[in-house]
Amino acid sequence: MSLQSWGMYPLVENEVIKFSSEKELQEKLDTADELVAYGNGRSYGDSALADTLVHTKPYDYFLDFDVTNGILEVQAGVLLSEILEGVVKHGWFLKITPGTKLITVGGAIASDIHGKNHHIEGCFSECVQEFTLMLADGKIVTVKKDEELFLATCGGMGLTGVILTAKLSLKKINSQFINQTTIKTRNLKETFAAFEEYKHLPYSVAWVDCLAKDENIGKSLLMVGEFADDGDLRYKPKSKLNIPFNFPSFALNTLSVKAFNWLYYWKSQDGVSKQRVHFDSFFYPLDSIRNWNRIYGKNGFTQYQFILPKESSFDGLERILDKISQSGKGSFLAVLKLYGKKNENYLSFPIEGYSLALDFKIEKGLFELLDELDAIVVECGGRIYLTKDVRVSKETFEQGYEKIETFRKFRKENNMSEKFNSLQSKRLGL
Amino acid sequence: MSYVLIVGAKSDIAKETARVYAKNGYNLYLGARDIAELEEFKTDLEVRSSVKVELVELDITAFNTHKEIYNSLAEKPFGVIVVSGYMTEQHKAQKEWSESLNTINVNYTGAVSLLNIIANDFEEDKRGFIVGVSSVAGDRGRKTNYIYGSAKAAFSAYLSGLRNRLFESGVSVLTVKPGFVNTKMTEGLVLPQKLTAQPSEVAEDIFKAQQTGKNTLYTKWVWRYIMLIITTIPEFIFKKLSI
Repeated sequence: MSLQSWGMYPLVENEVIKFSSEKELQEKLDTADELVAYGNGRSYGDSALADTLVHTKPYDYFLDFDVTNGILEVQAGVLLSEILEGVVKHGWFLKITPGTKLITVGGAIASDIHGKNHHIEGCFSECVQEFTLMLADGKIVTVKKDEELFLATCGGMGLTGVILTAKLSLKKINSQFINQTTIKTRNLKETFAAFEEYKHLPYSVAWVDCLAKDENIGKSLLMVGEFADDGDLRYKPKSKLNIPFNFPSFALNTLSVKAFNWLYYWKSQDGVSKQRVHFDSFFYPLDSIRNWNRIYGKNGFTQYQFILPKESSFDGLERILDKISQSGKGSFLAVLKLYGKKNENYLSFPIEGYSLALDFKIEKGLFELLDELDAIVVECGGRIYLTKDVRVSKETFEQGYEKIETFRKFRKENNMSEKFNSLQSKRLGL
Repeated sequence: MSYVLIVGAKSDIAKETARVYAKNGYNLYLGARDIAELEEFKTDLEVRSSVKVELVELDITAFNTHKEIYNSLAEKPFGVIVVSGYMTEQHKAQKEWSESLNTINVNYTGAVSLLNIIANDFEEDKRGFIVGVSSVAGDRGRKTNYIYGSAKAAFSAYLSGLRNRLFESGVSVLTVKPGFVNTKMTEGLVLPQKLTAQPSEVAEDIFKAQQTGKNTLYTKWVWRYIMLIITTIPEFIFKKLSI
């Protein structure tokens, strides 16, 4: 059974390697030609696709939990959702979490994922105390902060080896609820001002209305929040809805328009409103619908995510949003987020500035449009997120990531470039 | 009385089932022939769920040891889940008697030996639950898998009788009939994705069905209807088919 990525594009055949012990993986690594690790298949594009995949999700034991100090050690296949099930009741939470909890710890490290608190707490690598990694020759090494291997592996898209275990530091919480404030803005200028006004709060994200035109471009709902302090930690995850088949693609428009209208008009009438919401609906609104990727139909979709440096963010975003709105393509909602300082990792995505992400179903003319958007991103000194990407050109990619040569050299010197490759790494010569 | 005994604990379905019960606060006895391999899994369960987990060395085909092992449990379990299973390729099973016998003993005789002892105990105490993981393969014998299928058919019939007997004592008996499941047992087989369950889905289904006192569980649910069709085909047609 072949494994696919979240965007269901491209659909490719692959051989899947499973393992339940280090020794078993060493043997299989030895006989395999080229491969890359695959966790829970939530990266959108071709970063975890290859002819041979090491499926790490079944390698999923909890190893140790220091409940007093909030230090958790797990195997790489453990999902963030499983961590939450285990630690929330003891008053701990993930320091960094993306918009889905259905990713593996190995995937979180390889993508050096970030979340709504990037402007304050940074990327996932911040909470990784150390991890173990199987190298191309089967040797297992323990990797600590600041080592070269740490900088190359966090955000390194699985191209340095197979991550086996990780030791994570958690964040203390005293409630499973979030005190949320929702700010309705009328244009990009107001949206930016609102981000700045609320940036002292740990969590923030904005949903941008991509249908807005002219002076309304950048009209958004900004949601900010912090954990409540009511002592309620009795966490019981809800069961999920399922989308059992691919939707015909016309269903998408109707669905997303309805969702937006509902949120936009019902949720906040007059600018600013306050809500108390569960962390599951605050951080993971889409996780409650299993396989929501199927709403884009059988041709699949991609998510376009870029980030621009702060100084060029406003102009760049206005131009890009304008182009998207004119094209009539793309989802009706985009996610906008303010980011904090970048870290030292070679290929981590975040830089200080604003990032925008939106979904496009795969259709004729799409890649041409995205190429045009790329040109603006490059002009503004921005970059594209590898974890979402399936089509960016080598040139565009290289102009965004100034440490790419360091990464390439490191891979070559350590014999990683022959063993570990994805469709994406070959496409971009990573 | 919060312990659940899971027999055949090394299988993928058993492990996921153990996780679901642990998540819901049950302490566990994990029974398997070679328990050394389960040490890391024991830690996993304890760290995830803060429940107590004991490993119990138990060979389902060593019939005469069952009574002693059961009596030696420090605290009597509140429920038992028998997941033990052995499936070899049909052509091997029909050629080699030892393969046939092992299939019958692991899937049927052993389970009967152990469950007889536990059923008597539960009946006397008027409490507890019994879950037996059988298979859709037991619903009708097919040429591609009938030695395994017949052992599971016997197990299903046993569970049905047991349910009938224990009804009055308030002990519930659940027969689980998984269809295709993506496990070590089926590794290498090409399975239709839409009909194939993940072990974790089977485990959630088992927990729900057991907690609500269901009698028979097909998982995925669609197998109830597939098997309804398969068992309805008249024998004079069925004998000519290759399914």
